[in-house]
Amino acid sequence: MIPDDRLYTEQHEWLKLEDGEAVLGITDFAQQELGDVVFVELPAAGQAFEAGFEVGAIESVKAVAEIYTPVGGTVKETNSQLEDAPELVNEDPYGEGWLVRLLLDGEGQADLMTADEYETLLAAG
Amino acid sequence: MQRTVLYRRHVESGARFGPFAGYEMPIQYLGVLAEHRAVRERAGMFDVSHMGEIRVRGPRALSLLQGLTPNNVDALASGRAHYNALLTERGTFVDDLLVYCLCAEDYLLVVNAASRARDLELIQAAARAEEGVRVDDLSAETALIAVQGPEAAGIVADVVGAEVSELRYYSLLQQASEGRLVSRTGYTGEDGFEIYTPNKSAETLWLELLERGRDRGLVPAGLGARDTLRLEAGMMLCGQDIDDTTTPIEAGLSWMVKWKKGDFVGREALARQRRYGCRQRLVAFEVLGRGIARHGHRLTVSDQPGCAGPVTSGAFAPTLGRAIGIARVDCADGDVPEPGAAASVEVRGREISCRIVKLPFYRRTRTSGG
Repeated sequence: MIPDDRLYTEQHEWLKLEDGEAVLGITDFAQQELGDVVFVELPAAGQAFEAGFEVGAIESVKAVAEIYTPVGGTVKETNSQLEDAPELVNEDPYGEGWLVRLLLDGEGQADLMTADEYETLLAAG
Repeated sequence: MQRTVLYRRHVESGARFGPFAGYEMPIQYLGVLAEHRAVRERAGMFDVSHMGEIRVRGPRALSLLQGLTPNNVDALASGRAHYNALLTERGTFVDDLLVYCLCAEDYLLVVNAASRARDLELIQAAARAEEGVRVDDLSAETALIAVQGPEAAGIVADVVGAEVSELRYYSLLQQASEGRLVSRTGYTGEDGFEIYTPNKSAETLWLELLERGRDRGLVPAGLGARDTLRLEAGMMLCGQDIDDTTTPIEAGLSWMVKWKKGDFVGREALARQRRYGCRQRLVAFEVLGRGIARHGHRLTVSDQPGCAGPVTSGAFAPTLGRAIGIARVDCADGDVPEPGAAASVEVRGREISCRIVKLPFYRRTRTSGG
């Protein structure tokens, strides 16, 4: 099931908008493709990013995937649980496995998909 | 893309596939971590039928192999195997391989899929120059199943016969009635067996092992886990850590070069390196900081100017819980970085601290299998 309370990117990331803030994570499809996640590199709080920029990386046993933010903003918080439990990205990608919380600066937000549209993208393979 | 004879069984087991040396191979089933752990703690089973098997026999087989390889094939008794290589005249690797002595004048070479054609060419060229050697490529008709892990001996004994438990490490036995060869060898750092079997009986054997091994924790394992297991055990991957730019001496495999035997391809170049030293070395390192060094990243040894080079293998080591790797670094004569030396690796623009260590990263504590 793809949660319909958030938006999606073609890079298989999700973005949940809440009161001028956005929480960023990767989708279930993305974590399956990556395999066992063993390390997550996240930005420092206070760092500002433009939309489309790399904010960190997820390392699985097999591969590394860069994380890009689809919106511009300043890092308010990162998921510190991932430091000791990176596997949360696999186990609960839409919940406990979230990555970064940004304070939005109002820029960006292009090309985001609804859950339905994202499901169609996945179905198209 | 070629497929092994066990392809359908992998699909059934839910494998995820990827390309490797021209084959569509199972990369993982449950996940690399679970499969890796199964091999370290219980047992895992790999389809490595893409590997090549070349039989070399006849009255001049021994002298042919002695001339082509740096290890001493003459020292290999019937029923024993050793690690060896085919080298260029520059002493660099064409391939690394296992040589099995089936009986006097009869040898089986197990080679990497990616270099099989080149290996065969070299061996056949040498055979043409030497009367009394017959070379057969058995790769297309031979499947290879590796059962690895502390429970492997019990499982394999159940399925192929109790006599395998008597096998010493790097020994083999032939089951003529089945056309099968079983050896106590592997590429994981655990006790284990490799079973060479004709294609036609491979599926039955695979299923029987899976069935009989289930109670002992046996799971199918893919090339993903094979790679993390071999790296922890400090084993080189040919085509990646060692290739035609690397010699056995540079790779820390000098033990493979036997100087008391006669001439062999690459000997002169290796003798020069032995005398004057190497300009590059493979070194092992562990990552101390947060991050994972990968193939292609750059390792720099801190207190040795100019001592730096590409990571040839890098991964998170599941058993050790940290990232490890092998790198090929330039070094002036004699300046081989010592274990303990500080180093760093550049990952996505950041320098992460590392330490040079001795191989292997992991050594099993049990002593089963000699």
